[in-house]
Amino acid sequence: MQLLEGEKEEILACVKDVLGGNSKTQENLIPILQQVQKKLGYLPTMAIEKIAEGMDVPAVDIYGLATFYNQFRLNPPGKHEVKVCMGTACYMAGGDITLESFQRRMEIDEGETSQDRYYSLGRVACVGCCTLAPVAVVDDQVEGKVTPTRVDGLMLALEEGRDDNSSQQPDSSEGDNNE
Amino acid sequence: MSKNNPQKLYEDIKKKAQNMFKSRQEKPLVMVGTATCGLAAGAMQVKEDFLREIKDKGLDAEVIEVGCIGHCYAEPLAIIAKPGFSPVCYGYLDEGLVHRLVEDFLAGDDPSYEYAMAALERNDEFPTFEDFPRGVYEEKLILEHCGFSDFSKIESYIAWDGYSALAKALSDEPGHVLEEVKNANLRGRGGAGFPAGVKWEACLKNGGEEKYVICNGDEGDPGAFMDRSVLESDPHLVIEGMIICAYAIGARQGYLYIRAEYPRAVEHTLKAIEQAREKGLLGNSILGTDFSFDLDVFQGSGAFICGEATALVNSMEGKIGMPESRPPRLVQRGFRARPTVLNNVKTFAYVPLIINKGADWFKSIGTDESPGTAVFSLVGKINNTGLVEVPMGISLRQLIEEVGDGLPEGCEFKAVQIGGPSGGCLPESSLDVPIDFDSLHEAGAIMGSGGLVVMDQEDCMVSVARYFLEFTQHESCGKCTFCRLGTKHMLDILTDITRGEGDLETLQLLKELGEDVRDGSLCNLGRTAPNPVLTTLRYFYEEYKAHVEEGRCPALVCRDLILYYIKPAKCSKLCNVCVGSCPTEAIYTREDGLKAIDQDKCVKCDNCRKACPTEYDAVLRLSPPVLPGEKERKVK
Repeated sequence: MQLLEGEKEEILACVKDVLGGNSKTQENLIPILQQVQKKLGYLPTMAIEKIAEGMDVPAVDIYGLATFYNQFRLNPPGKHEVKVCMGTACYMAGGDITLESFQRRMEIDEGETSQDRYYSLGRVACVGCCTLAPVAVVDDQVEGKVTPTRVDGLMLALEEGRDDNSSQQPDSSEGDNNE
Repeated sequence: MSKNNPQKLYEDIKKKAQNMFKSRQEKPLVMVGTATCGLAAGAMQVKEDFLREIKDKGLDAEVIEVGCIGHCYAEPLAIIAKPGFSPVCYGYLDEGLVHRLVEDFLAGDDPSYEYAMAALERNDEFPTFEDFPRGVYEEKLILEHCGFSDFSKIESYIAWDGYSALAKALSDEPGHVLEEVKNANLRGRGGAGFPAGVKWEACLKNGGEEKYVICNGDEGDPGAFMDRSVLESDPHLVIEGMIICAYAIGARQGYLYIRAEYPRAVEHTLKAIEQAREKGLLGNSILGTDFSFDLDVFQGSGAFICGEATALVNSMEGKIGMPESRPPRLVQRGFRARPTVLNNVKTFAYVPLIINKGADWFKSIGTDESPGTAVFSLVGKINNTGLVEVPMGISLRQLIEEVGDGLPEGCEFKAVQIGGPSGGCLPESSLDVPIDFDSLHEAGAIMGSGGLVVMDQEDCMVSVARYFLEFTQHESCGKCTFCRLGTKHMLDILTDITRGEGDLETLQLLKELGEDVRDGSLCNLGRTAPNPVLTTLRYFYEEYKAHVEEGRCPALVCRDLILYYIKPAKCSKLCNVCVGSCPTEAIYTREDGLKAIDQDKCVKCDNCRKACPTEYDAVLRLSPPVLPGEKERKVK
């Protein structure tokens, strides 16, 4: 995914900051990745390269870690993040149908971010509210009983937000939307 | 033994804590359950509603957050403790009910029993949780205070006698403490059931100055959340257990490995560690003795395999979480190549209870071989979803029918999946198996993480097996060929079966592959990954056969083997509900006013069937997916 304007500087500053705050041992590698992701929202390729440089290890090792662990994401979070629960109870109540409905409406696959970075879609193991299955987490708000009709409703609400933004700043670039 | 008496120091701390709580008992206290399950159901809004209502009425009452009491089906929940009344628990709260409770109970003197779930103390007016059908079986040891105690204050834990086991242990020889845990035959609650005392002893014998105590909180099972619940609701119990373990084996540093996906558990544990340090219960010279021990939290990055001991240690060392072959075991060569004790959250949580009440007490609960209790998260087609703690040895039937209050109306029991993705599916005939480490293993399932999923006639066994295998396949670290490629191949075969492709030979191949993966993998992830497939093949072979031989899914789940069909004889011209419910506009109105589905557009989301009013019930699922012939069509 292409970097936004000014994002490069942000990444460089963040990596520098995090590397400065930790001793450069292998044991600190995962905490360092966690801290960078916490600040940037994801692990851009550039950050991985810079961390590798700073820690003096091959970039592929860092990439290996980042792809092994589910917590790390390599694409930026969208302005609106939807995570569909794929725990046992939700799956049995049709979680895959919910996920499919979001994919259809957002026109992206699971684990992806839309080109304009407005939406990102993922799955989550279990949010622990199995009574409400199937469950989706929309911008940290847990929504229960998410049938395809409910998906349409949720998407409508999210789309309305987009209209508001563009009417307020008709000339805004994608970058501003992501601030 | 040091000159300071830890018991005496502890008594001082406890007295202060109790004094602090005395003032709390003088005014009404509202405890809102805000563990993750409660939050999901809207507990924060309920808390705000209480605060606002109390302020509006100018009342003097306190609102605090507590953890999860395990009755997740009734969230959001709150407990109201008012002097002069037994504390009462209310479920299914909303703004209106909060308003009512504040007005009638807090301002007035009417506990509104019509909305109450249960009282917490025995009284003459209202039943308690012990009077619930599940109360007969339930025996809360480690969940006793979950949801009833203010997790944000260490004083709350101390006032319930918390850390008294630590004081008792510190006044005794480490050897005696170890002996007590060993005598109790406390078996590891992570699922494998290895005796904790034996593990501790082995670690102690390996000697060396540097040893580590690690708590495994990497609960990655999709559908089990008891470790999270304990860490969120009662973190001090686990911490106390870890300190006692460290004392017994002479460790100076410990870690709690908690999934980063459990932010509240991480936050509560970090706060608890901080508070324990402030009270001198953690850090240098604990309770004035010359024993020092400190704790830290390591945030796991979400890989199911890291629940495996050696993989967990590798990930703590900044490596990819791949398991190593054992021996050497962790007690010989663990974290930073030092002897390490690694136990599950629940295992540590039992330790303070064993020290306080003795090994004999612990052994009096449960069975001879598996003493103590087991914690299960009940999900699926069961009335009381949530966390339960029951003595080992009760049967699956009692657990499902009595404790879980059976299946919802209209659901017919078909199978129970126990032990998470590595567990097995057991049919009705296995329901009388007692729940303990060994009996479950014989039946083909495992204790595992304690996830228990009840399934009914509408759940397809092939699809469920595929779901669990998809999970383990994705989480396979890739080290062993059988696990890496075998699970992938099994998944491909299962996917084919859900599409009706394959024959009886395919089923045989699936079985053989499963056995090979089981035998050819290094760690328990690979060794148990085929379990759901092998047990469903064993107990539900007919269902597999229907898929491959008839292209039919008996449970009407596998989407390639069903189609949706609106039966003209049942459909009504006056109703349009299904048309609006369809997300892909596949439903159209026929010339005669009845509705029909354009099969090319249909995505089989089940919306129309749910939407169709019960008096018509016109939307049918057909399997095999063949439209009824001209006979039906001619009706128009």
